[in-house]
Amino acid sequence: MTRRTLAALTVTVALLAGAHAYAVQPNEMLKDPALEARARALSEEIRCLVCQNQSIDDSNADLAHDLRVLVRDQIKQGKSDQQIRDFLVARYGEFVLLNPPMQTSTLLLWFGPLAVLVCGAIGLAVYFRSRARSVAGGDTLTADERARIARLLDERENAGQDDAGRDGDRRA
Amino acid sequence: MKRALFLIPLLLFLGLAVYLGFGLTRDASVLPSTLIDKPAPDFDLPPLLSGVGGLKTADLKGQVSLVNVFASWCVPCRAEHPTWAKVTVEEKLPIYGINWKDKRETATAWLKEHGNPYARVGFDPDNKAGVEWGVYGAPETYVIDKHGRVRFKYVGPVFEETFEATILPLVKKLRGES
Repeated sequence: MTRRTLAALTVTVALLAGAHAYAVQPNEMLKDPALEARARALSEEIRCLVCQNQSIDDSNADLAHDLRVLVRDQIKQGKSDQQIRDFLVARYGEFVLLNPPMQTSTLLLWFGPLAVLVCGAIGLAVYFRSRARSVAGGDTLTADERARIARLLDERENAGQDDAGRDGDRRA
Repeated sequence: MKRALFLIPLLLFLGLAVYLGFGLTRDASVLPSTLIDKPAPDFDLPPLLSGVGGLKTADLKGQVSLVNVFASWCVPCRAEHPTWAKVTVEEKLPIYGINWKDKRETATAWLKEHGNPYARVGFDPDNKAGVEWGVYGAPETYVIDKHGRVRFKYVGPVFEETFEATILPLVKKLRGES
């Protein structure tokens, strides 16, 4: 490996490492590291309503900044994580939570994939069972059908004797 | 019966197509407000302008009104602004402004330049009232009934056509309510 490649690689790695920087600014942070850690953890599950698929911890949007400060203010006031979540949900709606809570309106979201899996499993079971039955059960013809087959075979036999040359694959 | 089974994948596909179609045509940037049919939140904002009052919860009782979140930095607010000048006069509909995350000087100059249709303007530079209202962008417009309850929220600029199609019928209905 040449020195030039090595240098390029080093720069690339350094840039990639820097790419996962957070939006939280030093002046927003709480002095107490334990409380700041709580604020960070909570911010990661609050949606930035401007960018929608980023958390307020990730987003540089102005509103995300406001909510980061609000979360920290409420932590300083001694509110629990759940109280802060409830505060935000009451104002911005459940959409503000990146982790959807389990409740009636989100049942489909939580159990939909499982329901699809179960339906698929039932479908497969029905299919295999009916196939197994038709193989194992063998003779499921009615007496009428059996009589008709016998008649058809008879006719074919008679026809075959008339021109055996053409009916080459006949097994009498 | 056997033949009907072949229709199942088709039906599943149609179901999925309709479901995804709804998802794709819905505007994901418009979020429903949690305030609908609830009393306007508690807030009390100082006035932005001298001579025009500030805005607080109690101001919203007694008549059907609009609350409009605006800012001088907000381009769509500029676009919808002429609507308010028109409807306050034509429909005799009071509109209250929340000047959101703005600077006093620029906001004052903006209203001077484009006219002030607001009966009251609360100054909310640090999103205090904005959080209570669940504001996540400007402009936002709320329809308030006689009892000070929030009945409708519109996200984005309200042009005259938008006003006539979505807000005005509701205002008329709410005025008829006791």
